[in-house]
Amino acid sequence: MSDYSSTQLTGDATEADRRTITRRTSVYVYEAPVRLWHWINAAAILTLIVTGWFIGSPPPSMQIAEATHQFVFGYIRFAHFAAGMIMTVGFFGRIYWAFVGNSHARQMFYVPLHRKSWWREVWHEIKWYAFLERTPKKYVGHNPLAQIAMFFFMTVGMTFMIVTGMALYAEGLGHGSLLDAIFGPLRDWIGNSMVLHTLHHIGMYFIVIFMMIHIYAAIREDIMSRQSMVSTMISGHRTFKDDDPE
Amino acid sequence: MSQIETFYDVMRRQGITRRSFMKYCSLTASALGLGPAFVPKIAHAMETKPRTPVIWVHGLECTCCSESFIRSAHPLAKDVVLSMISLDYDDTLMAAAGHAAEEAMRDTIEKYKGNYILAVEGNPPLNEDGMFCISGGKPFVEKLKYAAKDAKAIISWGACASYGCVQAAKPNPTRATPVHKVITDKPIIKVPGCPPIAEVMTGVITYMLTFDRLPELDRQGRPAMFYGQRIHDKCYRRPHFDAGQFVEEWDDENARKGYCLYKMGCKGPTTYNACSTVRWNEGTSFPIQSGHGCIGCSEDGFWDQGSFYNRVTDLTQFGVEKNADQVGLAAAGVVGTGIAAHAAISALKSAQRKTQDTRSREEA
Repeated sequence: MSDYSSTQLTGDATEADRRTITRRTSVYVYEAPVRLWHWINAAAILTLIVTGWFIGSPPPSMQIAEATHQFVFGYIRFAHFAAGMIMTVGFFGRIYWAFVGNSHARQMFYVPLHRKSWWREVWHEIKWYAFLERTPKKYVGHNPLAQIAMFFFMTVGMTFMIVTGMALYAEGLGHGSLLDAIFGPLRDWIGNSMVLHTLHHIGMYFIVIFMMIHIYAAIREDIMSRQSMVSTMISGHRTFKDDDPE
Repeated sequence: MSQIETFYDVMRRQGITRRSFMKYCSLTASALGLGPAFVPKIAHAMETKPRTPVIWVHGLECTCCSESFIRSAHPLAKDVVLSMISLDYDDTLMAAAGHAAEEAMRDTIEKYKGNYILAVEGNPPLNEDGMFCISGGKPFVEKLKYAAKDAKAIISWGACASYGCVQAAKPNPTRATPVHKVITDKPIIKVPGCPPIAEVMTGVITYMLTFDRLPELDRQGRPAMFYGQRIHDKCYRRPHFDAGQFVEEWDDENARKGYCLYKMGCKGPTTYNACSTVRWNEGTSFPIQSGHGCIGCSEDGFWDQGSFYNRVTDLTQFGVEKNADQVGLAAAGVVGTGIAAHAAISALKSAQRKTQDTRSREEA
């Protein structure tokens, strides 16, 4: 093929990506640990939302056995805590992978505010979503808008949920526990634990709204953009639908 | 100066038997979470060490804290508290009044300089130079600073002194301020609650007498043995919480069965206090036992946490009375509608483009 292949990739493409594209029209973006994390995280978040909703507004009372032998609400809370722990450990694993994985594994942890070209691409992306641009650009990793969303909703939002969640969990462990020593001061700084509960509750909607946008954008891009989306998070390969130079 | 009498002397003088005295010592030891080995130590301290003088001042408050003591569980505790304070200074309970009362306070401060405990009930309002609370012809804040200067330690007694309570609830027009934000150079023990439990007070004073130091405090400055756990952690209705059995309406069958009051807005899971173990009125009951949820009266800013009867309470920050669910679902609804509209336009646009493409191909 000709040398247009070296210019057709934008934004976050690395030299390795460009070399790959001269041979094939797919790039290996998301390594196995990233994909695994994505789906474990998705399952954990879904569990956390459902059980968290019930913790705030419990299901109707159930009379299955004597209270001693019935543990319905206890199991709901257990599922919430377990999913929260899995999400936390997963998040740490994901941070680890940002260091040892490929360059795309780092993308969700920063926003390159200083890069002029990035801002141009943000503007292009906004116009694309506002139906003012006929053709989208091709991206190996996240497009700039997606990167913003990932950073604020996932990296910042999830950190917020993990920290507030751990502070609430520490209440159950009680005075003198390790988690209380780490996260207790946050609760004292906030003052009343009710405020912490409310913040954690609002945080859930932050994540819910992200999920809605994320799933919609992923499906829409899969259909309308010039590259694969949904399957990329399954196979790890980003395939491109055309080899147009721009 | 004559020999200061011991607590034991005071108690015996008031006709309390040695047997009752020993009972008090063992009760206090267990309340403080100390083993039986500490009972003789407490008794010994009460018998030999000079009584700890206490000055008790009242700021912006409702006197429910004082009312709480005189109904304390062990009848002796009440006598201890009263003999601790009535001999020195308490403008509510002392016999003297007017100038004589102020004189008594001055004398006590002179006599026990650096040795007395200052118990503060209520708090000073700071707006208008403290004019919202005048005690003895002067703003209370001045009296507080004067009494605090030579105190060994300060006990912030009740939610008012510890956190501000109702007079500090938004928008706090008098700028009622908790004691630790006014007095910053003394050890302060917070004993929050509206009112707090009397045993906590006697326990703290007995502990300080026996061991010559403050009891273990948590990060917020509350005695850890009383405020280390939530009401919820030791609630006798907790098994119903874990089972998922809740009171759904105030007068339903579940309420009669004594199920968990979580759905009725019980603040037990967010309230650190000893009500579910020590209980009130000679250990008779506590709010949850009598069928009403905890309102969280020993927590910072409990008046500003929305309704006492909801777990998901209103967010006043939005200027309208909506809770996190209403705000969150509305936001999710707006985003959802936006997504649907965007999807529809996307579909229309691509359909339009497809027709244009075929047409231009046909023309070509």
